[in-house]
Amino acid sequence: MRSSTPKMAGTALVLVAGLLLAGCSSKDDSGDTPSSTPGSSESAAASGDLTIQPLVQIDKDGKEVAAADTSNAADPAGDGKAKCDGVSIAMAGALTGPNAALGINILNGAKLAVDAHNAANADCQVTVKEFDTEGDPQKATQVAPSIVGDKSVIGLLGPAFSGETAAVGPVFSQANLLSLTASATNPDLVKNGWTNFYRGLANDAVQGPSVAAYLVNTLKFAKVCVVQDDSDYGIGLAKEITSGLGAAADASCAAKVKTGDKDFSATVQIIKGASADAVFYAGYYAEGAPFAAQLKEAGVTAAFVSADGTNDPQFVKQAGSAAKDAYLSCPCGPAPEKFAADYKAKFNVDSGVYSVEAYDLATIMLKGIDSGITDRAGLVDFVKNYDGDGLARHYKWESTGELASALIWIYQVK
Amino acid sequence: MSTETTAPTVLKLGVGDKLRLWWDALARPTQWLVGVPFIVLIALLPVIRPPLLTTVGTDFGSVLAQFGMYALLAIGLNVVVGQTGLLDLGYVGFYAIGAYTVALLTSPVSPWNLTDDWLSQDWAWLFALPIAIAITAIAGLILGTPTLRLRGDYLAIVTLGFGEIVRLLADNLTNITRGGQGLTQVAYPIVGVDPETKPTGVFSAGNTDSPLNSGTWWFWLSIVLIIIVLLIVGNLERSRVGRAWVAIREDEDAAEIMGVPTFKFKLWAFIIGASIGGLSGALYAGQVQFVQPGTFNVINSMLFLCAVVLGGQGNKLGVILGAFIIVYLPNFFLGRTELLGIPINGDDIADYKYLFFGIALVVLMIFRPQGLLPARQKLLAYGRPIYVATRKAALALSRKPAAVPAATADTEGGAR
Amino acid sequence: MSAVMSAGQVLADGVIDFNVQSLVDNFWALTIDGLTYGSIYALVAVGYTLVYGVLRLINFAHSEIFMLGMFGQYAVLMLLGFTPRGDAYTQGTVLTVVYLLLAMIGGMIVSGGAAVGLERVAYRPLRKRGAPSLVFLITAIGASFVIQEFVHFILPKLTGEKLGGVNAQQPIRLVVPSVQFNIFGAEVTNVEIVIVLAAILLAVATERFVSLTKFGRGIRAVAQDPVTATLMGVSRERVIMLTFLIGGLLAGAAAMLYTLRVPSGIIYSGGFILGIKAFSAAVLGGIGNLRGALLGGLLLGVMELYGQALFGTEWRDVVAFVVLILVLMIRPTGILGESLGRARA
Repeated sequence: MRSSTPKMAGTALVLVAGLLLAGCSSKDDSGDTPSSTPGSSESAAASGDLTIQPLVQIDKDGKEVAAADTSNAADPAGDGKAKCDGVSIAMAGALTGPNAALGINILNGAKLAVDAHNAANADCQVTVKEFDTEGDPQKATQVAPSIVGDKSVIGLLGPAFSGETAAVGPVFSQANLLSLTASATNPDLVKNGWTNFYRGLANDAVQGPSVAAYLVNTLKFAKVCVVQDDSDYGIGLAKEITSGLGAAADASCAAKVKTGDKDFSATVQIIKGASADAVFYAGYYAEGAPFAAQLKEAGVTAAFVSADGTNDPQFVKQAGSAAKDAYLSCPCGPAPEKFAADYKAKFNVDSGVYSVEAYDLATIMLKGIDSGITDRAGLVDFVKNYDGDGLARHYKWESTGELASALIWIYQVK
Repeated sequence: MSTETTAPTVLKLGVGDKLRLWWDALARPTQWLVGVPFIVLIALLPVIRPPLLTTVGTDFGSVLAQFGMYALLAIGLNVVVGQTGLLDLGYVGFYAIGAYTVALLTSPVSPWNLTDDWLSQDWAWLFALPIAIAITAIAGLILGTPTLRLRGDYLAIVTLGFGEIVRLLADNLTNITRGGQGLTQVAYPIVGVDPETKPTGVFSAGNTDSPLNSGTWWFWLSIVLIIIVLLIVGNLERSRVGRAWVAIREDEDAAEIMGVPTFKFKLWAFIIGASIGGLSGALYAGQVQFVQPGTFNVINSMLFLCAVVLGGQGNKLGVILGAFIIVYLPNFFLGRTELLGIPINGDDIADYKYLFFGIALVVLMIFRPQGLLPARQKLLAYGRPIYVATRKAALALSRKPAAVPAATADTEGGAR
Repeated sequence: MSAVMSAGQVLADGVIDFNVQSLVDNFWALTIDGLTYGSIYALVAVGYTLVYGVLRLINFAHSEIFMLGMFGQYAVLMLLGFTPRGDAYTQGTVLTVVYLLLAMIGGMIVSGGAAVGLERVAYRPLRKRGAPSLVFLITAIGASFVIQEFVHFILPKLTGEKLGGVNAQQPIRLVVPSVQFNIFGAEVTNVEIVIVLAAILLAVATERFVSLTKFGRGIRAVAQDPVTATLMGVSRERVIMLTFLIGGLLAGAAAMLYTLRVPSGIIYSGGFILGIKAFSAAVLGGIGNLRGALLGGLLLGVMELYGQALFGTEWRDVVAFVVLILVLMIRPTGILGESLGRARA
């Protein structure tokens, strides 16, 4: 009977030694700095200091355009004499889930406007009703009937994501409920013939060519790999960017990932093998952040470019120093100083993308309510004929539901 | 047999047993007479909206419409899992194929859209419905043929893989299915058009009348379909096919030896189950009018299985009850802030639904694996006369134990 | 008619196109990546294969045991004082190895404990009641749900939102992957070496344990013939517990290794698909065969990566499922084919 104990001990020793050896031999040149104690996130990690800074506003050819003048922006407080009763506006978007930051930005921006209005108008207290869709078109179809069924809701700020807008747009259209979105950028959304749908920012058919022109003409990237996720927004944006990039978009390194993916090794290898100048990621930050981190870990030196779905402090937080020097575009403008200060004071976090747009659009709806509108059709008409300045841009809509003029901003993580 | 006096047998009959015995003893037309008012009552639930039952956070009609869909799915899955004993974890794949067939044929953005060629919008859904059922049946055939030779655990995993493959195909073949963008504006039956108030009919999402909103109408449509499917499945149950399924479920090898062509009948179970799943998928596509791959994930497959197992595998009415529990309970809690005077957080409780169902599955499998309404073994060939006789004996036993000698105690043995 | 024609056309150019060039260009890099993932699949596959060999049961909830291991090792790191932040901690080789080993042991303890607990609570009562295998499967599915949702909803409440919840844990990176050497132009990083070596060592250790020790003989005896084994004095219950424990320990180790490679993958749903792939690997190699689990895991990992290059990166999961179906249809006993119960000299 063979005694098993020495054998067991032997294999255990071999195992431990092997691990140590493997660990030792491979960590020699990991750039040993004298041990920094865990638990103190010291400032040596530059990621703590990275923020998203606005670079420039561009037009469809990628040329610089000066920022708009925000001094005439509509004030939600109005004249303080409005009268209304039992009226509310709804906000639908991702309030929980992996991309919740994008929805919460919008909700907070709207709340800022509504609270300012309610504080100034004692006779007209408007409530904001939140509807969480988790950014999931499936969940949105379950939530939409509740929004439509609530008779006090006469306007909807949202839905936030393009996928969920495509899913529940018909419901709101049939109910003729104003659907004013601060963030859904898929260009196909206005092609459905919905008379109640208005978009408060530029769409991807503007963002795609603008960013592509900027990448090719200004940043002089000759080879770009376009990686898309499987969301409605990502697919649409990738299509626009690829056509805008033309010859610069290398089809052999174009890849598709899925929402919920956490590791992208094959994609990273393909991009590494292609030696591109830049990688454009069309998707949200929940996947964009690990993707950027893995690209950096694999030693890919291409610039990381993405769009509004990734343009959020969460991206920087999750990607760490891999986010440095990333270019992020957005149809949204940077927050004016006063707005940023008010937002920070009220919510204790920095404002994010679309907070300003949400503020502006909520203000427009409040103006409609203040002017005496109490029904859904009236509010749709009000927006249809609206012409005024906001913090982010001038708001005047064409009959399709798109803004008459809207431009793109480029940001960089610095 | 010795004639020494033994203690008289007392037969304890529970309420459920008495109910079942009474029901089974009724002649078929009597059963219909009793059943139809019950069905009408259920159908009128969304109209009456009884205060305790009505859901607070969501629309009661939509909840019932969803219940109707899940009940159909449960009946279909019951044929495969409950009656034939084949654990199918990828049933959501058939659901997806049915929904996608309807969407591909009728959505304006689909490459195979027929509605702008020659198919009118009014009839599109009805036209696509049998096609969806047929294609899903073919899919069941395609899946079943290579895999039904596997047993138990392996079959479960393979069907799970199949369900996932269908979803991934839908997500990846973007040229056909538009992937994550989904197929929008799927056709639905256009009935009851009123140019002023309801330009698109009673089944469209724009019908927000209360209480006869679109959810209620879809619920009524699913009740009709459920009854039709129950009739078909019930017929099959009582026929040679059903007996073969029971034999396969109990002991496949013995059945094979006794001459039952097991593979053929297993395949039939799969095909029939798949068709019903396709029917439900078509219902879903018309109801929600938006089909995208995310809906058809594994978790939903598990949920369907939960409905079948909870309700009682093998019992086609039991699984309807299971589907009702699965759909209704979480929605009951949604939006509720107090229950019988106790403050609760209904939204949180509704979120925990998978946790509760998982616990229910584990506990149920330990203590009551046959489910809430178990499938009772029946003497299928000579059902009714034996039932009438044994019911009389059983009731007599339970009423007057002293009067019945012990030797006749086993006449009711067949009813078990 | 035109519908059929256009259907055919769409199918012809809409379906998958083969990108052989990409596969050829990146072959070695993909192979190394594939071996890395494959090692992780192999470790998890051993758990499936052992339990199947001894109990003829697919332990569906094994993927959740793996997921708990990920959270376990994350919790250990948090207890040691690490906080999630964007960049990796750099603190010298020895300290890093020590912390990694501690995390691995923590993960293994959590996984092992969970596996034994699962067996006691969910499977033992069924065994005592002599339930058919369908019931075992359904219980396994239910248990899988329960554990996932526990981490999803209950764990955040227990740990003050620090662990669990709907979002993935913010990564705590301990190692900066750095290239050690090149094979035909493909870079091999320290992380990849550690993962593959650790997996091979652990798998070999397990195999030696099963074939050489007294306990291992007990496992093989119960796998071969439970009744006779009991007659021979082998405690069946103890052997079953040991089987689950070993599977759990290996899953916990795999969890730590996986987190090294994919630091942002710690989420309540992170085990599920990986579990199915590990099971496919076990089947591919030969269910009930330990060496088969290792071989199957490595093979599947590599095939996945090749498939991604060949067909497109979005087809990764499909490859695993198709492999599973094909193996079960063509050669259900797997490549190596032996079972645990076969007597070995």
